[in-house]
Amino acid sequence: MTTTESVRTTLPDALGHFGRYGGRFVPEALIVALDELDAAFRAAQVDPAFQAELTHLLTTYTGRPSPLTDCVRFGAQAGGARVLLKREDLNHTGSHKINNVLGQALLTVRMGKKRVIAETGAGQHGVATATAAALMGLECVVYMGEEDTRRQALNVARMKLLGAEVVPVTAGSRTLKDAMNEAMRDWVTNVDSTHYLIGTVAGPAPFPEMVREFQKIIGVEARAQVLELVGRLPDAVTACVGGGSNAIGIFSGFLDDPSVGLYGYEAGGDGVESGRHAATITGGSVGVLHGTRSYVLQDDDGQTVESHSISAGLDYPGVGPEHAFLADIGRAHYSAITDTEAMDAFRVLCLTEGIIPAIETAHALAGTLRLGRELGPDSVIVVNCSGRGDKDVETASRWFGVLDGERAPEGRA
Amino acid sequence: MSKLHEVFAAAKAENRAALIGYLPAGFPSVDGAIDALRAMVENGVDMVELGLPYSDPLIDGPTIQAASERALEAGITTKLVLATVEAVAASGAPTLVMTYWSPIERYGVERFATDLAAAGGVGVITPDLTPEEAGPWIDATDAAGLDRVFLVAPSSTEERIAVVTGITTGFVYAASLMGVTGVQSVSAAAPALVARTRPHTSLPVAVGLGVTTAAQAADIAQYADGVIVGSAFVRLLLDAATPAEGVAAVGRLAADLAAGVRRH
Repeated sequence: MTTTESVRTTLPDALGHFGRYGGRFVPEALIVALDELDAAFRAAQVDPAFQAELTHLLTTYTGRPSPLTDCVRFGAQAGGARVLLKREDLNHTGSHKINNVLGQALLTVRMGKKRVIAETGAGQHGVATATAAALMGLECVVYMGEEDTRRQALNVARMKLLGAEVVPVTAGSRTLKDAMNEAMRDWVTNVDSTHYLIGTVAGPAPFPEMVREFQKIIGVEARAQVLELVGRLPDAVTACVGGGSNAIGIFSGFLDDPSVGLYGYEAGGDGVESGRHAATITGGSVGVLHGTRSYVLQDDDGQTVESHSISAGLDYPGVGPEHAFLADIGRAHYSAITDTEAMDAFRVLCLTEGIIPAIETAHALAGTLRLGRELGPDSVIVVNCSGRGDKDVETASRWFGVLDGERAPEGRA
Repeated sequence: MSKLHEVFAAAKAENRAALIGYLPAGFPSVDGAIDALRAMVENGVDMVELGLPYSDPLIDGPTIQAASERALEAGITTKLVLATVEAVAASGAPTLVMTYWSPIERYGVERFATDLAAAGGVGVITPDLTPEEAGPWIDATDAAGLDRVFLVAPSSTEERIAVVTGITTGFVYAASLMGVTGVQSVSAAAPALVARTRPHTSLPVAVGLGVTTAAQAADIAQYADGVIVGSAFVRLLLDAATPAEGVAAVGRLAADLAAGVRRH
């Protein structure tokens, strides 16, 4: 058995550990709910009826499988590499988030709970949760940092249209971290009636494993699609990493293929050396945040440091414990992409392929431009196009000055 | 017998519950917190629970969040918390630290236990450290001679209560309700939780979360060995026009609560 095989088949352990990462660091009041969730999840994993129901929704509601798009003109900018986009942006609600949300919403119904709560940064997870809640008749409350409600106003409106209550969180840095704190407080108070639908591969066990399993379909599909299209495995798979759910989802399909390099791109903000970033693995240290041990942006006293990124969805000072483990064993490689690099890549994709990506996704695209130039024209790179950029039109318009003409685009790439 | 046991035994001898008062270190200032904690002790608080302010206090409501945030902005550090322990312990009341796990892990598990014991602390309450993750902490607290207090909650099953009480020393912290600090009500679940905890342990059981008034303290004293009050003290400091008024108000509430736990 190779190392990578054992990575996939044995982790996490029974207590939710990925090596020294993961586990549970939560109030005792939540343990029973986590145990109940764990049991429901494991029962569902081996229940053909649950799997059939989920597959039916993923097919007829989400629109899976998502296509794999050959991006020749973008590839020309990436050293001539063959770049294949896994089009999670084409899912219903516009990102990969719906994959996990539908799975957890079905579990919520199975557990007999009537209310879901969620945290959201960019709003994609909040929108997906509000969507599933509407579909299944669940009450839905979404916690969102006040700062994020401003920069992702379109998604706030979408959630409200879908019947969700959006609670702006004014504590701390008023971003995703604080939204997660507030959601945890709600959960500990209302745990009998409420499922906390965590949107990423972080939080206490079983969330990192469970969210991975619901997102793994991205990698499973992508692997089959690339074999069909190219006739061989890719040289590399790339994804952006905030908490890391889209990255774990696509990486999971290729963990057993040692020839496939796995590359995660974190939000470098103004640059890791500036201290204003959200590159947790690249620039953080081992600590405990939001119920799990992983890399964390923290000071010498274990106090969480505020993260910074143009991308609300990556603006988080923690990262999923499995990523921390994959980084430590060298199976996946993580590096930082600055705001500027991400926005440059955002524009390249718009102008070469007619696809407006989410700014989160643009970090993976920037990494791919860099990686393609290293790997050269014979290489094949699969990029997880985790979300679409409708929600970011205002931010991007301001960045490029396309609305007021201050800073017109310099022409087609 | 640990210092905590002595206090519980002394209270029991008086046929009353022990009173445990919480305040975060560094709020409104390092010295201001020490003054308020001394006022508590002078007015009848039997043990001090000193909060180590943390950036992401998941089980704290708005009151303790606000105080923690202000303490952090004013520059509180783990070392200053330990210095506060030293100053408060010198007042004679056994002093515990209440802290989320992240600051301990960052400081160094063994080092924190050693330095806290050296500062005169008697124990630590860790609300987000689960027994499953507590191995190194059990070793460190044993080595340093510190009590380690874990929580049971109304949702805890019998199995969980057995696990939690099995690794707890000093006393068992029974969370009176499902929720965060500062709610200002004690749920009906509290007496049942204490009753369910008793068969699993001979340790004293103290009730906290939501306790605000002397009447509540008197009620809890009927069935528990200790009463823990936090947010009510913090709120007085937050609302005070001057630090001196805050300290005086804390002293008055402590006296009131001390009378409460003595009411029969």
